[in-house]
Amino acid sequence: MERRHFLKSTGAVLTATAFGTLAAPTILRADTAPIRIGLMTPLSGVVAAGGREISEGFNLYWEERGYEIAGRKVEVLIEDDAGNPDTALQKARRLVEQEKVDFLFGNLLANTGLAVANYVKDTGTPYFIPVIAADDLTQRQRIRNVIRVAGYTASQMSRPLADWALKQGYKRIATIGQDYSFGHEQCAGFAQVFTEGGGEIVEQLWNPLNTADFSPYIGQLADMNLDAIFAMELGADATRFIKQYTDFGLKGNVPLLGAQNFTDQSVIRTLGEECEGIISSAHFAEGSDNPETQKFVENYTQKFGKMPSLYGFSHYSGALWVGQVIESLNGDISDRDAFLDAVLASELENSPLGRPVKFDGYGNPIYDIYIRKVEKNADGKYWNVPIETYPQVSQFWTYDPEEYLKTPAFSRDYQGMKK
Amino acid sequence: MLAVGFAKNRPAIIALAIVLVVFGVMPLIGSSYQVSIANEILIFALLAMSIDVLAGYSGRTSLGHGAIFGASTYVVIYWTSVMGGSPLVAIVLGVLVAVLVAAVFGLLASRVSGVYFLLLTLALGMIVWGVALRWTSVSGGENGLRGVGRPEWLTNPIVFFYVCLVTVVVMSAVIWRFVQSPFGLTLRGIRDSESRMSSLGYGCATHMFIAFTVTGFFAGVAGALYALFNNFVSPSTVQLSQSVEGLLMAILGGIGTLFGAFIGAAAIILLENFVSQYTARWPMVLGFMFIATMIFAPEGVLGAFRRIFRINKKL
Repeated sequence: MERRHFLKSTGAVLTATAFGTLAAPTILRADTAPIRIGLMTPLSGVVAAGGREISEGFNLYWEERGYEIAGRKVEVLIEDDAGNPDTALQKARRLVEQEKVDFLFGNLLANTGLAVANYVKDTGTPYFIPVIAADDLTQRQRIRNVIRVAGYTASQMSRPLADWALKQGYKRIATIGQDYSFGHEQCAGFAQVFTEGGGEIVEQLWNPLNTADFSPYIGQLADMNLDAIFAMELGADATRFIKQYTDFGLKGNVPLLGAQNFTDQSVIRTLGEECEGIISSAHFAEGSDNPETQKFVENYTQKFGKMPSLYGFSHYSGALWVGQVIESLNGDISDRDAFLDAVLASELENSPLGRPVKFDGYGNPIYDIYIRKVEKNADGKYWNVPIETYPQVSQFWTYDPEEYLKTPAFSRDYQGMKK
Repeated sequence: MLAVGFAKNRPAIIALAIVLVVFGVMPLIGSSYQVSIANEILIFALLAMSIDVLAGYSGRTSLGHGAIFGASTYVVIYWTSVMGGSPLVAIVLGVLVAVLVAAVFGLLASRVSGVYFLLLTLALGMIVWGVALRWTSVSGGENGLRGVGRPEWLTNPIVFFYVCLVTVVVMSAVIWRFVQSPFGLTLRGIRDSESRMSSLGYGCATHMFIAFTVTGFFAGVAGALYALFNNFVSPSTVQLSQSVEGLLMAILGGIGTLFGAFIGAAAIILLENFVSQYTARWPMVLGFMFIATMIFAPEGVLGAFRRIFRINKKL
């Protein structure tokens, strides 16, 4: 019986490979066979810490389910992409062609995600990217089978913060960001909304990834007579920036605003009071008093001894989202087209966000976005507490999607600013 | 005449016959994934051979060939995806640019040897990487460039594999002929004693320049094949670790053996892909393998094989 299942499913997959799509009738696919998921995450290399949190968050969901959904067993195959697009491609090939996974998940760095997206464009394998934020993947170069479950575009999150800054009466702001596309896109989202609302972006500084010393940048920022600073940094750069910003005596004098990763748990869990009071915007705030969020944060903290970061949260929610769709299809995901349609039409419920989330017409979720402030909690740990909410923010903010897509993609040279 | 030619080239003919047979049957027995791994091994073996011409036959260890390889990859992808040009023109342009980059490298590095050569090629390679990373409007920066896929007649991975196999085998034969030629002999002369070669009247710098440029051609062909294979390019394709990996493949297989590159490439790529399934610490396994190679077979796998073979013959 086992062998027959094997032959049947292999046959179906072979047919699928031969014809490019899964045109074979669904009965060919044995519904009791395990669902195979390929998770790619950087477990070695410079972003390995974030990579581990991806696999923690993702597996946490499946562990809670006992690696079973809609009566089918679930097998999660984890591969190390080493934060390198060439390696990521190799691993994607292995998972799709050798391991015959039903769908792919993961990756952390934008370039690894873009490489894999380009590969699955030809194979048609569903590929879910809760962390890969490159704007164009759900905009100008959208691929149907690449879906941002529980993910976000880079410029989506920083726009409400710019609006909030305008409401605070800030007029002069400078941005500092890491000099690569994720940084360019996040700063651009902020700069675009801020300048369109009448604010002035005095200067945009770009620091290379892994900047050891921020004093030249902070020195410049201190002399600009600013109302606030918008910083886009992540990982060790964020830690160093926040420390040096405090050391230079800017803390308390010039308010600090940050992109969502800037005050993520992966950064502030190693910091002390220097991170207190930083304002940022994101769809997830571990300090939210929403009971669902608190339940998740408690579970996660209990299991891993630390509060969830965006990486862990996003992959937990991504797994939850796709899991709910699989349940709604009664475990039958053999028809890829139907599966993708079901995902795109679905709504994320009972998630740690505590509010339902659905997609826009381009495979990117629409969120209620929090303006968050870093505060100390009852245990003496720092976390992000929501102070204001912008409901239903899509990746297009208030723009008309079609008009928006006619403008160029953000880059270091094009920041969408109103002159 | 034919017999003399055969006797002289016997090692190459045997080695390439083995390569043809081993790789030729791959698609018949392997899955499409295994074929893609074999394909990658072929491409990187060609890169490693181009490095071996310098490292093994001329005594100059280059850390810039990954950049030459990647320059070709960039040009091919750029020409087909951004400019919308034909793939054949793209390959010609890619190889041309690689030769050009190699010529510039060669011009600067041909007069130095030893650790200076190593450092100079490393620095030049880093410049190419820096350009790829910073010239965002052309190279796509960190995100890289996404290709448009292979031309219709090459879409089938099996067809593409055989095209690669034939290309790489032909190139290997050409490289073999190159290092066995009188010109190749002068390179070995320079390796063994540069001062003697110049006192005999050879322009060592010119010879090194030509050698460097020619190896750029082979690295460029490998890079162009890689562009068609991977359909994606980013700065990681031109970064230092690419050069290092190519060099390690040449060393592992055996410096100065040329065809050892196939063994080295196979060992490293298989390790990367199969050991990583069992442990996230696969780079450590790779490290131990190198240490073991350096202790027990400093002349590389093929070098050690040759040594043992010769000893047996004497007995």
